[in-house]
Amino acid sequence: MNAISNKYKTVKIDDVKIWFKATSTNNFPINGGACVKYKDLQIAVFNFKRLNKWYACQNLSPEKEEMVLSRGMIGDHKGIPMVACPLHKKTFSLEDGTNLNGDLEAIATYPVKIEDDIVYIGFSE
Amino acid sequence: MKTVIVVGNGMVGYKFCEKFVAKKESKAFKLIVFGEEPRPAYDRVHLSEFFENQDAKALEMAPAEWYQENNIDLIIDERVADINRKDKTITTAKNREFSYDYLVLATGSSAFVPPIKGVEKEGVFVYRTIEDLEGMLAYAAKLKERNPKAKAAVLGGGLLGLEAGKAVMDMGLEPHIVEFAPKLMPRQLDSRSSQVLQLKLESIGLNIHLSKATNQILGDKTITGMEFGEDDVLDVEMLVISAGIRPRDELGKSSGLETGVRGGIVVDNKMQTSDKNIYAIGEIALYNQMIYGLVAPGYDMAGIAVDQILGDENSLMVSSIDMSTKLKLIGVDVASFGEPFMPASKGHSIIYEDKTKFLYKRINVSHDRKKLLGGILVGDASDYSMLHQVFLNGMTIPEEPAQLILPATDGSSSFGDVMDLPDEAQICSCESVTKGQICSAIESGEAKDLGDVVSCTKAGTGCGGCKPMVKDLTEATLKSLGIEVKDSICEHFDYNRQELFSLIQVKEYKTFNDVLDKHGNGGHGCEICKPVIASLMATINADTANKEYAIQDSNDRFLANIQRNGTYSVVPRVPGGEITPDKLIALGEIAKKYDLYTKITGGVRIDLFGATLNQLPLVWKELIDHGFESGHAYGKSLRTVKTCVGSTWCRYGMDESVTFGIELENRYRGIRAPHKIKGGVSGCIRECAEARGKDFGLIAVEGGWNLYVGGNGGATPRHAELLAEQIDNETVIKYIDRYLMFYMRTAKPLQRTAAWQERLEGGMDYLKEVIIEDKLGIATDLDNEMQTLVNKFECEWTQAINNPEMMKRFNHFVNSEEEDDNLVFVPMREQKMPEPWK
Ligand code: SRM
Ligand SMILES: Cc1cc2nc3c(=O)[nH]c(=O)nc-3n(C[C@H](O)[C@H](O)[C@H](O)COP(=O)(O)OP(=O)(O)OC[C@H]3O[C@@H](n4cnc5c(N)ncnc54)[C@H](O)[C@@H]3O)c2cc1C
Ligand code: SF4
Ligand code: FES
Repeated sequence: MNAISNKYKTVKIDDVKIWFKATSTNNFPINGGACVKYKDLQIAVFNFKRLNKWYACQNLSPEKEEMVLSRGMIGDHKGIPMVACPLHKKTFSLEDGTNLNGDLEAIATYPVKIEDDIVYIGFSE
Repeated sequence: MKTVIVVGNGMVGYKFCEKFVAKKESKAFKLIVFGEEPRPAYDRVHLSEFFENQDAKALEMAPAEWYQENNIDLIIDERVADINRKDKTITTAKNREFSYDYLVLATGSSAFVPPIKGVEKEGVFVYRTIEDLEGMLAYAAKLKERNPKAKAAVLGGGLLGLEAGKAVMDMGLEPHIVEFAPKLMPRQLDSRSSQVLQLKLESIGLNIHLSKATNQILGDKTITGMEFGEDDVLDVEMLVISAGIRPRDELGKSSGLETGVRGGIVVDNKMQTSDKNIYAIGEIALYNQMIYGLVAPGYDMAGIAVDQILGDENSLMVSSIDMSTKLKLIGVDVASFGEPFMPASKGHSIIYEDKTKFLYKRINVSHDRKKLLGGILVGDASDYSMLHQVFLNGMTIPEEPAQLILPATDGSSSFGDVMDLPDEAQICSCESVTKGQICSAIESGEAKDLGDVVSCTKAGTGCGGCKPMVKDLTEATLKSLGIEVKDSICEHFDYNRQELFSLIQVKEYKTFNDVLDKHGNGGHGCEICKPVIASLMATINADTANKEYAIQDSNDRFLANIQRNGTYSVVPRVPGGEITPDKLIALGEIAKKYDLYTKITGGVRIDLFGATLNQLPLVWKELIDHGFESGHAYGKSLRTVKTCVGSTWCRYGMDESVTFGIELENRYRGIRAPHKIKGGVSGCIRECAEARGKDFGLIAVEGGWNLYVGGNGGATPRHAELLAEQIDNETVIKYIDRYLMFYMRTAKPLQRTAAWQERLEGGMDYLKEVIIEDKLGIATDLDNEMQTLVNKFECEWTQAINNPEMMKRFNHFVNSEEEDDNLVFVPMREQKMPEPWK
């Protein structure tokens, strides 16, 4: 794997050192996603209204390394919340990043919190 | 720890590994596998598929990592050169030595090359490995460059030869099949069926030469022809030899194992050779004095050898091996099972033949007419699986056995149901899966649908011939458990598209969540049901894709086609292909300003590629200011109505095809359907607009228009069929309105009109009854529904640009105005393109 995908490493909630203040919640579509820029990272953030949850993951689709995941449709596969890449509909768990319909490597996921209608994403550096 | 060495990583060698590691006793063994070919085992049975996509990976039995994960040492590209039985070691061609406790020979066969003068010439191939096919492809490409009409021959008219013949034909060469015997497939077919098959193959373009003994291959260094008799020569520039197989028994011979006169290593019913530590399986093993050139017996042998080595002495090979076969040429049905030729002393034959339909069916039944002993099917082998099962299981046949092969008059099948088969009936012979195993996988709850059945029993993963039966069995079992089998759209709904159409229409739902909450299975939707419901909402409520953009498919969400690198293309509508010079100039200037790659599309309009998400609205704003509107190139909706110039200019034109084409394109623009829709209008039967390749097509004739429907280019081309003749403009519009609306109501998701029409029960006659005669009494509804859609049309891009809330989505980042910094373009013939994918 090359440098670009190496920049994305899953951050667990306990490892969060920085809560990055992204933008207001109403800039995100309901039951859809948008992309947040943090330093030189692109993070896809999803407003999973049906579960009343927010998710974040790398915007990079691991298959062809394009910055597109935030534009994918979300939903669930057998109960697992997922996003489908808009390019070839590879699906990834929003909980832990695993590829649900193939054997691509897992994508990195990040914690999200909402305070006063503002979206924060957790990073370890 | 004991060591098992497998020599040969072909289909059977692989199956040995798979069956071996599946047993827990195997943990006490080290498994080392040698393969001479440069890649891990692949599916030779489906070798011909390599021609379609040249994707060797797709044929792999398992990836190299699988061997690793299962602690198997796989050593490829290294031939085993010698066996030293005394020390129990082998030596490889790279002079490395390994010792074994058990040795399994799975060296298979190579293609038999008859000793004909000149076979060594360039352009002569065999058909056995991926490398053989690569060689053929490269050679054929060169040939065609020199001579587009080049001929190629296949030596051998057996099962494999015919497959090779079709492959040669698909490569674009003129195919010839040369067979020594007086008939095709001499081992499986009787003379009459062979003749019927010959007629059929000739009708699709294969040239057949029977009773030909090849004396020599002509040519200097490269082949230029084949000589049979003195003046009997066939000019061909390529030859594929498919004259049988020869077991690769070199190792057996050099180490003194018992071998057969015509080759092969002798084994007993434990798969043991004359050395009890050495086993032989697959196409190398001579069992009952036979080499079985099929995978299924090889897989059984692999299972026996595994059991024997792991200590299960009672696992023995059956004595009679089923050699039933089905040819896997698309469009040519041939199968034979059991005893295809029947001496009168053993039973009777019943034969049904219809040469006009290339049909021949023969069954052989016992004297008491109670048992099926074998048979041959040419032209229609759809009953093969069932007849084969009846034969294998010795089931009782109907009192009037002829019913088994006579065309059914009422469309019903003459033998009961798959569920009548005994539990032991072997459904998948490649993987030895019985009916009982399939049913109990479902009854135990382990498998819930066909996909589960395939993955948990492996049925259907070999040659695939049993798939229809596995499907029938799965559905029948589910049904017997009271589980309704439906073509529901995805795991979130138990409804098919047509049912959802009615629900949304009747209950007047307005959002995806309404439908999901009221009729879903409790989940949250997915990439399959969201676009389906979005499309239904568009048809029923005349919604545009701006309405609920998060449920729209990738392209609809941003009203543009996503490209390889995540940028988008822009295709404004150019109705009928008519465009003013001013508009052309505007397109050019806008493209230049935003540095977009420009191309004339196959739909005869202009596509501007490479706009970033942020640029999309800017580009569209300018286009709209110049009088353009969305071309819906991104939607499952009307694309273009292609026109020829027609009587406006053309000296042959019978009517104004451009004028009418523009009217039709403007009428149906924006409506969303199960799949995209294309139209065509030609001014005369010269058909320059290719109207018969479109979903709806018109050709001007004396006295009006001929209307054709259900045409398709694309992956499965199909000509449109005539719906009505010599009708006027108004009637054309009425019929197309009804046709499209009926299609939009009843088709499956992503089903083009062609596929829908083909599967429509009652076919064209029924369609005419519905559309022209209004047999269902829905014509007025269809008319009104379409008129509503036409009236409510609104350009989505204009709508989006004028609404700040809708515009929010066209930003790469929510928290920055910057653009995607991952984009890299490279120059391309004075324009640009995205950097190629690695
Ligand atoms: C641009 C164009 C190729 C070109 O450079 O000429 C094109 C490009 C694409 N075609 Fe096409 N098709 C284009 C004309 C055609 C034609 C020719 C025609 O319309 O006369 C056909 C065969 C005719 C037919 O459809 O019956 C055609 C048959 C397909 C198919 C196969 C459909 C089928 O029924 O088998 C697909 C796949 C699909 O739709 O699922 C497809 C899909 C695509 C997609 C949308 C793939 C995708 O999802 O990204 C491509 C979009 C690229 C883009 O951004 O525009 N394209 N495509 C043509 C655009 C025409 C237009 O002005 O709208
Ligand atoms: C085009 C084609 C279509 C076919 N279609 C059908 C079909 O429809 N139905 C059907 O049942 N069968 C079909 N067959 C036959 C089927 O492919 C064979 O029966 C099957 O592949 C035999 O498996 P095997 O492992 O015994 O031999 P193979 O698949 O030939 O494998 C033997 C392997 O051992 C390697 N090897 C040999 N000697 C050594 C050595 N000394 N050291 C290391 N490696 C060695 C060889 O390179 C080879 O890779 C078809 C075959 C072909 C070519
Ligand atoms: S033919 Fe294939 S590659 Fe070419 S434009 Fe159509 S979809 Fe894309
Ligand atoms: S690039 Fe994302 S699935 Fe292909």
